[in-house]
Amino acid sequence: MKAIRNLLDKQKPHFEKGGKLEKFHSMFDAMETLFFVPNRVTTKGAHIRDAIDMKRTMIVVFIALLPALFFGMWNIGYQHFLSYGEHPDFWTMFWYGFLKMLPIIIVTYGVGLGLEIIFAQIRSHDVNEGFFVSGLLIPMIVPPDIPLWQLAIAVAFAVVFGKEVFGGTGMNIMNPALLARAFLFFAYPGNISGDKVWISDKADAFSGATPLGDALTGHFDNLPSVYDMFMGFIPGSNGETSTLMILLGGLFLLMTGIGNWRVMFSFFAGGYIMGLLFNLWGYNEYMQLPAYYHLVMGGFAFGAVFMATDPVTAAQTNKGMYIYGFLAGLMAILIRVFNPAYPEGVMLAILLMNVFAPLIDHYVIAGNIKRRQKRLKLATS
Amino acid sequence: MSTTYKIKKGLNIKLLGEAEKTVVDLNAKRFAINPPDFTGCFPKMLVKEGDDVKAGTPLFYDKYREEIRFTSPVCGKVKEIVRGAKRKMLHVIIETDGKDEAIDFGKVEISSIDRQAIIDKMLASGVWPMVRQRPYAVIANPQDEPKAIFISAFDTAPLAADLDLIVHGQGKEFQAGLDVLTKLTSGKVHLNVDAKNTTSKVFLNSKNVQLNSFSGPHPASNVSVHVSRVDPINKGEVIWYTGPQEVITIGKLFLEGKFNSERIVALAGSEILHPKYYKTYIGARIVNMISGNETGGRNRYISGNVLTGEKIEKDGFVGFYDSMVTVIPEGDHYEFFGWLKPGMNKFSFSHTFLSRLFPNKKFKVDTNLHGGVRGYVMTGKMEKVFPFDIYPLQLVKAILVEDIDLMENLGIYEIDAEDFALCEVIDTSKTNIQDIVRNGLELIRKEMS
Repeated sequence: MKAIRNLLDKQKPHFEKGGKLEKFHSMFDAMETLFFVPNRVTTKGAHIRDAIDMKRTMIVVFIALLPALFFGMWNIGYQHFLSYGEHPDFWTMFWYGFLKMLPIIIVTYGVGLGLEIIFAQIRSHDVNEGFFVSGLLIPMIVPPDIPLWQLAIAVAFAVVFGKEVFGGTGMNIMNPALLARAFLFFAYPGNISGDKVWISDKADAFSGATPLGDALTGHFDNLPSVYDMFMGFIPGSNGETSTLMILLGGLFLLMTGIGNWRVMFSFFAGGYIMGLLFNLWGYNEYMQLPAYYHLVMGGFAFGAVFMATDPVTAAQTNKGMYIYGFLAGLMAILIRVFNPAYPEGVMLAILLMNVFAPLIDHYVIAGNIKRRQKRLKLATS
Repeated sequence: MSTTYKIKKGLNIKLLGEAEKTVVDLNAKRFAINPPDFTGCFPKMLVKEGDDVKAGTPLFYDKYREEIRFTSPVCGKVKEIVRGAKRKMLHVIIETDGKDEAIDFGKVEISSIDRQAIIDKMLASGVWPMVRQRPYAVIANPQDEPKAIFISAFDTAPLAADLDLIVHGQGKEFQAGLDVLTKLTSGKVHLNVDAKNTTSKVFLNSKNVQLNSFSGPHPASNVSVHVSRVDPINKGEVIWYTGPQEVITIGKLFLEGKFNSERIVALAGSEILHPKYYKTYIGARIVNMISGNETGGRNRYISGNVLTGEKIEKDGFVGFYDSMVTVIPEGDHYEFFGWLKPGMNKFSFSHTFLSRLFPNKKFKVDTNLHGGVRGYVMTGKMEKVFPFDIYPLQLVKAILVEDIDLMENLGIYEIDAEDFALCEVIDTSKTNIQDIVRNGLELIRKEMS
């Protein structure tokens, strides 16, 4: 620890202004602050500050993602061997999935963090920790065999056009991780939709349809049991199949207060109520599907716990959060059931509501302003 | 009968080093009036170094409001006029000669004197700056008539001085001060006390005022909180406010005819060996309380509390409005993987550290920022410590873009920078939110004048 400090102190002058490695200042700063919380003290305002910072916040979300991530690694292996009718032991399956996901994670972090550091250097900002989480979210919402070059382009698009053009983390309008996925979906649909992509290196004879794919094509007999879908023993994106593991992460987020219960709760409520409304209507078989099925299928739980709750792109007022979450959940199921082109609606619903979140906030705040003006009128009349 | 208002949102920060309830004499030799304590004041000197002054001798006045004078708290000699960068005046230092001489402003029967005469007397003697106004939290404008006057008789800030102890035995002077204030407004004078902890008869037996009780966590003692609950302020309206020690000084001016600047100041903080109360006068030099009474190592000396106080030097002076001095350790050290530790001893409002499991634990907190400055990412957190019908983050952003209409609409007239202190403490962005709010208030004040 002392040795690392000494090394950093020795190298630091080279990266400061005027040093020969000035161009790499942001990178050095990111490294240094990773190892050591800086020695900066308060200069103005409150003399003491909360021990929490962005790194702490992000590591909490990171930890919350781990159960779903590890389950996802196992499930990649499980689905692969299942398609061949094989049942190897736990570690073989896990190792298979681990090797599938590792390059995806490395490419995502490499491209994303590289761009973040470049932008931080240009703007002479500190490197923001936001991508710490985005970089893990993206690998969890893509299929296991996604070509890495496509992934790299998608990540670059998400970081540059989803975040940096708006001014970096905290200023962006749409969720960068979802934007990466949307980019893949629209640019390379062949590699992120259909029945072929959701099981890694699938045996040809085996149907690789996800429950959503079956539902869309009307094969309701093929739907796995609710138990299987809740536990996550189904094909799907790398880290989003297990509702149980996602809920475990969600519980951790709520306990630590980092997650937003208003959005999570209203998202689930919105989806469930849409499901119930469809049941009432009951026009076709998909609409008759019990409402709770929707909550355990596809990316719904993952979207509710990790995507819709992104504090930057969600509504920012407490009242607005309920409206935003509810509408996002509602739209997710609406799109899921009605969109003939693509079996899942969560991604598009959240991105859509991301765009509308500032509008929702605007009207919530307008209510506050109106109250104030009314009081003024009373006082002056 | 008093009304009780329950404040639900807020946070009591529990720190080590609360002052013991004993009062000793400070015997300070030097005192200072610090022009930066008075927001928006541009000092014009009336004395020079070496001049003899008595308690109540004018030292300087405000260039923009010439009737507002600032007078010497003690009898002695002007020792030094300290200027900083761009010749900004920082301190007017008086060395006391130990004599008790004061300018005679004349005793008067409060019931027989009219409003203008009261204001003139307060202006001439230098007690006027003790009355401040909302909006803007600056010295009250003597030409205004406030719709109400607020006095906060308790303090919920970390390690705050016990005002019951400070006013003990001064019931007559306190009541005289209240009687003076009631003549300054056609509205009510609101004396706001702690529903549980205020027991002093000085407060509870006060007459001719409206007694309101407040319960709940900090910032329950902030003036803005009281105003928001009792008589919310609208654009164009003015309220005045002051503190209990100031009320006593005002009372003494009329009872004794002198500017009696006696103050009791609490010394607290984790780095103080014997935290206790000191009896002295306004603007006392703190070195006598600190010497031999602090732990080794680099410390931060604060006039006021850790949330809103001013950083001062070890031989600095207590601020004009402050009734406490806090000493905490400086935090200019690196912490190896500090953001990854379980954090048994870390103070945090979030639930992300193990210290959360011990809600009654008292902390030793240093001045480290605990992280780098970032954008506003987390939402819904400030609202938990901000007991107003105002959107704090949205108001801060409106100030950052200098949108005056939006600031007005979002309620900037109802708050002061101090109300954002807790937001600033708990925010992950590590930005100086109080400074931002202060700048917003100044922007509007200049725009309106």
